Amino acid sequence: MILFLLTLVIGGTIAGDLLKASGMRRLGEVDEFHPGALARVARLASRSGLLWLSIVAYAVSFFGFMALVSKTDVSFAVPATAAGYVVETLLARWVLREEVSVRRWSGAALVIAGVALVGG
Amino acid sequence: MSSDHRLTNKTSVALAVIVLSNALGNILLGRGMREVGDISSYSPVDLFTSGVAAMANPWVLGGVALLIVFFVTHALVLSWADLSYVLLVTAIGYVLVALLSYLLLGEQISAQRWLGTLVITAGVMLVGSTPVSTRVPMRGEDA
Repeated sequence: MILFLLTLVIGGTIAGDLLKASGMRRLGEVDEFHPGALARVARLASRSGLLWLSIVAYAVSFFGFMALVSKTDVSFAVPATAAGYVVETLLARWVLREEVSVRRWSGAALVIAGVALVGG
Repeated sequence: MSSDHRLTNKTSVALAVIVLSNALGNILLGRGMREVGDISSYSPVDLFTSGVAAMANPWVLGGVALLIVFFVTHALVLSWADLSYVLLVTAIGYVLVALLSYLLLGEQISAQRWLGTLVITAGVMLVGSTPVSTRVPMRGEDA
């Protein structure tokens, strides 16, 4: 049960980020930030199925987290959080076709090690 | 900012807003939720009642407002920046939270946690030196 909830929390966030990134990419680069331009972006965003799905995924993650903290101390979950960075970076490469260079992977390795140290 | 409202350094501004609003939003929300008290039951009705009580707390309201700023800015930056770039660079938030906890709340930070913040900072600097966007434009996108 704990493992299932942890999977929902981390998987939900990763799925939410991927869906949000693909939805926003399809809207096109936002380059103007005055209220009228932002209202136009909001109107387009409200019609994006990907963005609505991302909200569903984040909600799954949020309620999974609430259930998890009610059952157990969550400090054990830090290695899983660090692993989430690896999975999300891999999916950004495979699903979103981002180019993760050796330099970016090296930085990712340091970030992941650092997150594990901070929470360990 | 020029008259056509374009920001030349919009990525840096957006990332700073994301990191600050997320860290401060969580701190305010945490403080407010401790004042509101333990959620004793997770039935939908009790969750709703607790939610209404929480929204009456100014710390919770402020925290929620900042997290909305975070959510929207994060969406905007993902319209042009790589997810793998944004995800890794915003890990600097761990460093910010450690510094704020130490400086403002007087919390003890272990040597291991300080070491972790140094390692994260090095990683963020390395990722920060890679291109913000590497994705091939999709149909309907600007090149």
